[in-house]
Amino acid sequence: MSWAWFHRFGSPPYFYRLATRWVPWLSWPAGVLIVGGLFGGLVIAPADYQQSDAYRILYVHAPTAWLSQMAYTLMAVAAAVGLVWRMKVASAVAAAAAPIGASFTAVSLVTGMLWGQPMWGTYWAWDPRLVFQLVLFFFFLGFIGLRSAIDDVSRADRAGAVLAIVGIVNVPIVHYSVTWWNSLHQAPSVLRAQGPSMPASMLVPLLMSFLGITLYFYAVLFYRTRAEILRRDRGAAWVRELLTGKGKTA
Amino acid sequence: MSRPASSLRAASLILQRDLTLAFRRPGEWLQPVAFFLIVTMLFPLALDPELSRLRALAPGALWVAALLSSVLALEFLFREDGRDGTLEQFALSGQSFAWLLLAKTASHWLLTGLPLAIAAPLAAVGLGAPASAIPGILVALLLGSVSLSLLGAIGAGLTLGIRRGGALLSLLVLPLAIPTLVFGARATAMAIQGEPAAAPLYLLAALTVFGITLAPLAAAAAVRISLE
Repeated sequence: MSWAWFHRFGSPPYFYRLATRWVPWLSWPAGVLIVGGLFGGLVIAPADYQQSDAYRILYVHAPTAWLSQMAYTLMAVAAAVGLVWRMKVASAVAAAAAPIGASFTAVSLVTGMLWGQPMWGTYWAWDPRLVFQLVLFFFFLGFIGLRSAIDDVSRADRAGAVLAIVGIVNVPIVHYSVTWWNSLHQAPSVLRAQGPSMPASMLVPLLMSFLGITLYFYAVLFYRTRAEILRRDRGAAWVRELLTGKGKTA
Repeated sequence: MSRPASSLRAASLILQRDLTLAFRRPGEWLQPVAFFLIVTMLFPLALDPELSRLRALAPGALWVAALLSSVLALEFLFREDGRDGTLEQFALSGQSFAWLLLAKTASHWLLTGLPLAIAAPLAAVGLGAPASAIPGILVALLLGSVSLSLLGAIGAGLTLGIRRGGALLSLLVLPLAIPTLVFGARATAMAIQGEPAAAPLYLLAALTVFGITLAPLAAAAAVRISLE
């Protein structure tokens, strides 16, 4: 079993070309799926018998909430790979993933608040899942803040990686502690209310939206990683060749 | 040097050195305790001085003040030794860096965490806690402040070379301190209400043991990165 295919990802020019090729292949299906999913969810799907039309924000809320947690995992794993194997591309991926993850977390929080107002009668409830999402947002902010405070890129990568690893070790503990914390209080009963099992007309747009937003995440991730690689390698010969469009003339 | 010193011996020497240095400048390590007492004093002034109502708020006030005070105290942990090159000598000494930093964290806890835990029952009584709650509060703060010092060592290591890293340090450390806050405040609340507080105290102790095991390794990695 050869690992050559994996080691090639560590080469910035190779990854740059790969990302350039993948961005359109990810963005177009993402666009089609998101538009289709939203049309299906907002127009075609029937209104919920309990929540009427208000539930439709689900088609944005659920995928972004799920992706924000995936983004943190991806960021921490990439940062750890960059720290352990000194793989510059992995560190670039982690640096590129952090602002996207923070944005997705913010979107999931805001859509959750907008959904909460008609459903629970309040924008914010101290429910464990909400608190956990908020803490995740601060983890992202801490990672971005630490990276931006350190001028040297390689030091910023490694310091950020230590923080991300400490963070991901802490994520289950924080999750457990906030669940434990609120389980002693009275749980909001509205949150527990189980809706009916979803009919296909609701489920299919949701799956489309999930897939579309996931593809969108990776498209933006590849796009930002390209920029990050260019910024880091701005002195390198391959970047000069790329920008002048010439082979060996530079 | 007749024989190579063991890491444990080196760690205990660092502990002695730090304590000696600190006792020559008592003003420095008394500040976090004073800060803690001032913050807890602000709550009755800002809210409602009636003791029965303060009693319900006391656990939250105590733990928020303890968290803020411990973040404030982190400035003293590595800054001086980082500036004058002592930490670099530690890193080059060939001893286990994690052990040496654990010793530094231990001396930091003795100088800031322990006084905090001793001052906490005093502040709690001022906030309307009954005398019977004092042992529970003391144990909760003792365990909690150890785990806060250990988490803080990671944050202080990461922000070592950064100028004006204070706000960043709190952004890094406070989210990590949430479990300590949750279990500590719960144990304190149960102690004040006269309930057995063993369950949250066990969880707090588990966090502390977990922190002693892993945090020095992360702190050592963080300080090494910052020293380059």
